[in-house]
Amino acid sequence: MHCPKCRGVMRTYTRSGVHIEQCDNCRGIFLDYGELEALSRLEAQGPGWAAAPPPAAGTPPVQVHHHHGAPVHHHRPYHGGGVFHMLFST
Amino acid sequence: MTGPVSPDISQPELFDLLAGIGRERAGPGGTPPPEPLYDRHGVLVVRVGDVVVKAHQADRGEDPDLGRRVALAGDLPELFAAPLGPPLRVTGGFGERTVTVTAFGEPVHPDDLPWRAAARLLADLHRRPVPPDAPGWGRPARVARLVERLPDGPAAGEVRRAFATLPAWIREGSPDPDPAGEHLIHGDWHLGQMVRLPDGSWRFIDVEDLGRGDPVWDLARPAALHSAGVLRPADWTAFLTSYRAAGGPAVPLLGDPWARLDIPARTLAIQIAATCVISARGTDRPLDEAETALVDACTRISRMVA
Ligand SMILES: [Zn+2]
Repeated sequence: MHCPKCRGVMRTYTRSGVHIEQCDNCRGIFLDYGELEALSRLEAQGPGWAAAPPPAAGTPPVQVHHHHGAPVHHHRPYHGGGVFHMLFST
Repeated sequence: MTGPVSPDISQPELFDLLAGIGRERAGPGGTPPPEPLYDRHGVLVVRVGDVVVKAHQADRGEDPDLGRRVALAGDLPELFAAPLGPPLRVTGGFGERTVTVTAFGEPVHPDDLPWRAAARLLADLHRRPVPPDAPGWGRPARVARLVERLPDGPAAGEVRRAFATLPAWIREGSPDPDPAGEHLIHGDWHLGQMVRLPDGSWRFIDVEDLGRGDPVWDLARPAALHSAGVLRPADWTAFLTSYRAAGGPAVPLLGDPWARLDIPARTLAIQIAATCVISARGTDRPLDEAETALVDACTRISRMVA
């Protein structure tokens, strides 16, 4: 595989378990959205003072099939007083 | 309407005046009755049909750069639902106020938060060339003002201790002495600053802090809420990934972004915690779960830095 920018040789390396392509010549990195998302999830979790992640961190919300209608994603809603203002007002 | 709606308008005279301005500007098809959209913190926003009329906070209304900020947003119609003309000054028993008129857009629904669209819109704004006459942004001056107003008590003490860890320029409300980059930034971004147009695309509203500054401050609020454990982790990942994928310059494409995000996230965590403590004391109620999470974040900040 060749670099789409400079036609240099692309090499695959593994970063946090995610494969990424880097050009030997221009050092350009090529990755798709899913790979970028995986790296952001693994490498960008928080500052030193961040809250401990909840036990389900990193896993998708549980899918529950209701007896009629489409599957519904269940998660903690953002409605209640305090959190609504934090998201929606200065 | 998802925002707080007050059935009793705090300033009826100003409401009537805004409604009148709205009726003049509203498009054809009759003028539906004026509807209050927001009436808090000295800001009054009234919808009349397809326009929204906003009376800005009295103490912020005299920003000499507001006209330039409005014009700047007007030059970016693909990013801003900008005011439909220059700001107006109105006077009455309420004093003198600045008023802007904007096309109505649908606000964000709390069940369907557009983290990815918001991140792409921010990255797009941050990548625009900075016009030579762009004014500087006005923050982060708010955190110091709020900490000043904190009542006594243990929660307020935690917030004060965390505030002491911030760099002097933030504690003093001064401009950033050494901005990491100069870009166009929204300056006060949160999900209440987005509206959806009839074609489904999103725009920013509120140009009061639009200007030249370090773009990392536009990511500060979600970064703070994520660090406090208030956001779902997947929401933070979606926001950050979309910002990076869209070429946003505030954080590096790969690796740990927290060297850049730490101080802005800390500042916003402290600012939001202070807002919560003041609001809870003002209405004599306990902190709720999310508000407690922000005060706990303040405790961790001062422990980590001490
Ligand atoms: Zn190359």
